[in-house]
Amino acid sequence: MQQYSQPHPRFSVLSGSSLSSAEHLSPTASSTRFSLPSAPSINTAIGTPKPGPRPNIYDRNINKTRTSEVSASALTFLFSEVVQYTQKRVSGINDLERRLNTLGYRVGTRVLELMVWRAESSSKAPKREIRFLPALMAIHTQVWRAVFGRPADAIEKSVENEDEYMIIDNDPPIERHISVPRDMNQLSCSSFTAGIVEAVLDGLGLPARVTAHHTPTQQFSSRTTILIKLDKSVLEREEILK
Amino acid sequence: MTIFSLWAHKVINKAGGLVYQRNFAGSSSDGLAQLTSNEYLVLAGTLHGIHAITSRLSPTGSSSGAQVIEGETFKITILLTATGTKFVLLTSLAEATAEVVLQRVYEAYSDAVMKNPFHTPEMPIRSEGFDARITSLIGAGQP
Repeated sequence: MQQYSQPHPRFSVLSGSSLSSAEHLSPTASSTRFSLPSAPSINTAIGTPKPGPRPNIYDRNINKTRTSEVSASALTFLFSEVVQYTQKRVSGINDLERRLNTLGYRVGTRVLELMVWRAESSSKAPKREIRFLPALMAIHTQVWRAVFGRPADAIEKSVENEDEYMIIDNDPPIERHISVPRDMNQLSCSSFTAGIVEAVLDGLGLPARVTAHHTPTQQFSSRTTILIKLDKSVLEREEILK
Repeated sequence: MTIFSLWAHKVINKAGGLVYQRNFAGSSSDGLAQLTSNEYLVLAGTLHGIHAITSRLSPTGSSSGAQVIEGETFKITILLTATGTKFVLLTSLAEATAEVVLQRVYEAYSDAVMKNPFHTPEMPIRSEGFDARITSLIGAGQP
């Protein structure tokens, strides 16, 4: 966590780049209990392991790691440390959510870049979303699949405010083992996810303010709503493009 | 076949500190005495001491200490983990699943406690997620 200020994608949860943080843990040195099940995929990503310097992460094939996965345990331990680290440096819940959002933003910019490059090299007609609704659909399915391995559960449009949209996740993987204490019950650690969404929307030229809210139901106790409040300029442009 | 009580018993330094304790359905009707939290702490400390003694009694090399202690009407099953945390389950003699249950409790502890950023190591466990996992594992507890 000390190296947090380095310009290195340590916080990226994308499979390919998050392996870079796993490099610090030698798979042979770690005990069996904490070994990363995904460790072999480091090797498959770069071909047969050879002694000597490893290829630079930027020289690797970006599509080879598209379907490889990281250990959910390792990810939740990392995210738990991220929350603890952040919590020590803030005063209050709003501040904590803002910092988590900022960290997620750093991930989101990279998610978008990587997804665009992957689409560029793998599809014959790569497409850039310029309208809001297709972009929202892409976030709901593609971004979620790239980051969490499955699409989100629903998209909703606010009835009261026409500039508000919601992405709903019934069981956010990063929050699966988090029990928020009662005195902090407004806190949603999915602010991190909100940051990712905000970065992707910003990167697509659809500026918005994105927040996360814990909205439990009887069936899903950790159900989370990612609330997107669009900038006025986006709505105006959508009106013109109609 | 009754599970009376579960103590998740975490070692702090060389003294044993109790970080989680829960009694289960049927225990009071079967005559398990209700104790104050202080008394539970003392019992846990004592058990920690007994365990430390038993781990040094082995005549044939090193030992991890007592795993099961049986009485006339009950037995105490102890799971010692690699990190020194002890899970203790108090059951009836006929209960055959105590070891398996403790392994499951250890799993729940690893997931719902150690991966929870709001848990302070060595401090009492106050995690709804852990409570829920234990409830689904063993059944409704008593306050």
